[in-house]
Amino acid sequence: MLSPCRMLRALSPNHLRSESTMSFDVDALRSQFPALAQEGLVYLDNAATSQKPQVVLDAMAQFYAQDNANVHRGAHRLSARATRAFEGARHTLAKFINAPASEALIFTRGTTEAMNLLANSLGAMVLGPGDTVLVDEWAHHASIVPWQQAALRAGATLLPIPLGRDGRLDLAAYERLLADQPKVVVLTQISNALGARAPLGSWLPMARAAGAITIIDGAQSVAHDVIDVQALGCDFFAFSGHKMYGPTGIGVLWGRRDLLDAMPPYQFGGEMIHQVSFNQSSFNQLPFKFEAGTPAIAEAIGLAAAAQWLQGQDRQALIAHETALLEYARLRLSELDGITLYSAFEDNAGALAFNVDGEHHQDVGVWLDQAGIAIRCGHHCCQPLMAALAVKGTCRLSVAAYNCRDEIDRFIAALTDYVEFLYDDA
Amino acid sequence: MMTPEPSLFLSSPLGRELTQATLSQELMAQPHWQGRYRILMKLGNRMAKLAPELQQAAAAVAGCESATWLYHYQQAGRHYFLADSDSRIVRGLLVLVLAAANGRSAEQLAQLDLAAWFAQLGLADHLSPSRSNGLNAVVEAILQRGG
Repeated sequence: MLSPCRMLRALSPNHLRSESTMSFDVDALRSQFPALAQEGLVYLDNAATSQKPQVVLDAMAQFYAQDNANVHRGAHRLSARATRAFEGARHTLAKFINAPASEALIFTRGTTEAMNLLANSLGAMVLGPGDTVLVDEWAHHASIVPWQQAALRAGATLLPIPLGRDGRLDLAAYERLLADQPKVVVLTQISNALGARAPLGSWLPMARAAGAITIIDGAQSVAHDVIDVQALGCDFFAFSGHKMYGPTGIGVLWGRRDLLDAMPPYQFGGEMIHQVSFNQSSFNQLPFKFEAGTPAIAEAIGLAAAAQWLQGQDRQALIAHETALLEYARLRLSELDGITLYSAFEDNAGALAFNVDGEHHQDVGVWLDQAGIAIRCGHHCCQPLMAALAVKGTCRLSVAAYNCRDEIDRFIAALTDYVEFLYDDA
Repeated sequence: MMTPEPSLFLSSPLGRELTQATLSQELMAQPHWQGRYRILMKLGNRMAKLAPELQQAAAAVAGCESATWLYHYQQAGRHYFLADSDSRIVRGLLVLVLAAANGRSAEQLAQLDLAAWFAQLGLADHLSPSRSNGLNAVVEAILQRGG
């Protein structure tokens, strides 16, 4: 069956008024995603992972079918082709986030591994007894736990930047915490659990002025925003491939070159060494110093294909479409009785969090699944945030560029059905 | 750990008035699995809630997305259960499982083929071990304690 989406003229929010004449064909975009062709599926769990366009699947299949060899070492033509494709992927991704040099772009398994690399390596270099590390309260466990453990090892303290009563990160609290001159500040550009944004434009300069090294978790933002690490002005930026239409098992850590050069290696093994004896080893240059062992070659190539695919789209039209969809979902949800929304702001990106009052989030999720609607229900790897919101978990709807208003309507219809079913005592 | 009085276990209608056979009949009267699923969502209304003091961590079933509590009592070679959950679907499921398991001997419990029953009801998809909601953990816990 063809997708339920019809031709859709993207509604343009105010800040994109200049794009208001742009049209956007969601059906054409959607038809590039084989997984979305299955009947009866409304996929609104994109913050967990997005579906993959055919070009990404093709790039990976072509690598295995024609170019498969190990990289950086073979004397033969296949290895040369594989190395060219792999390093080409690095170059493509550096351009994708406007990194000044591709050597400072390290392939990781994803944002989680990037955060572990930083907490272990940078943490060992800069943290000492009495130091503090700041992480925002809506951070993913992958941003919290590695730094919590690094702080424990160093005798340092991890402190949360709390949510204010308005559901945004608390500026006054942030200013107070910065006064103690934290060594590291970790900020989540877009919260995976809420879809809400950290005000990086003002908060990153504040952290820098306080002398902190800044790390951005871009796992969610990379799929929804145009990323420019130089314009952001952060020291490190991490993201995952699978949330931006790319493969699982691959991600990127970009960092300031002088810091990466000074940092000790994170993992040891092949590829990352310069010379090895049983007494000592010397280590390779960037980026290889941080890429021990055979990398995820096909996945890196697939991720570069996803980045090229995204760059080949009208990014502003995609952003306008996603913003309009989320706005529509927020309005429809707020029309229903007995729904609590969490940090559902106009500038949210990707996700909306809600609960049906008095109902377990799991029951709502199972009900929606019966109607073919995929959302995520749970703590979203954000247990400190759930504690701050005083909930056990939430339901989270999350959109990608291929979603459409019909799908939001079907979601709302199934949710309405649930609420009506509860009040029907038959 | 505080435990429920034996009389609470023995007076449960599950397995006596509300049996696997009566529930099968009621659910299979629905021509579509959607209808059976709706019954399941409200089935929990027919099971008494555990007192708040019995909704304690020591009785919690691990591996559930919901908070689910399970108590087991054995008398004269027969196994009795009391359970509750903060999730509707889990409460409904508990009614099904306890209707089949309550008051049975270890031998009878070992022969209980819940998977086949759920497949017959068209509910098997929700109980596979790969589902993260942990419904399967409840069934496992009941069978283990009765084993």
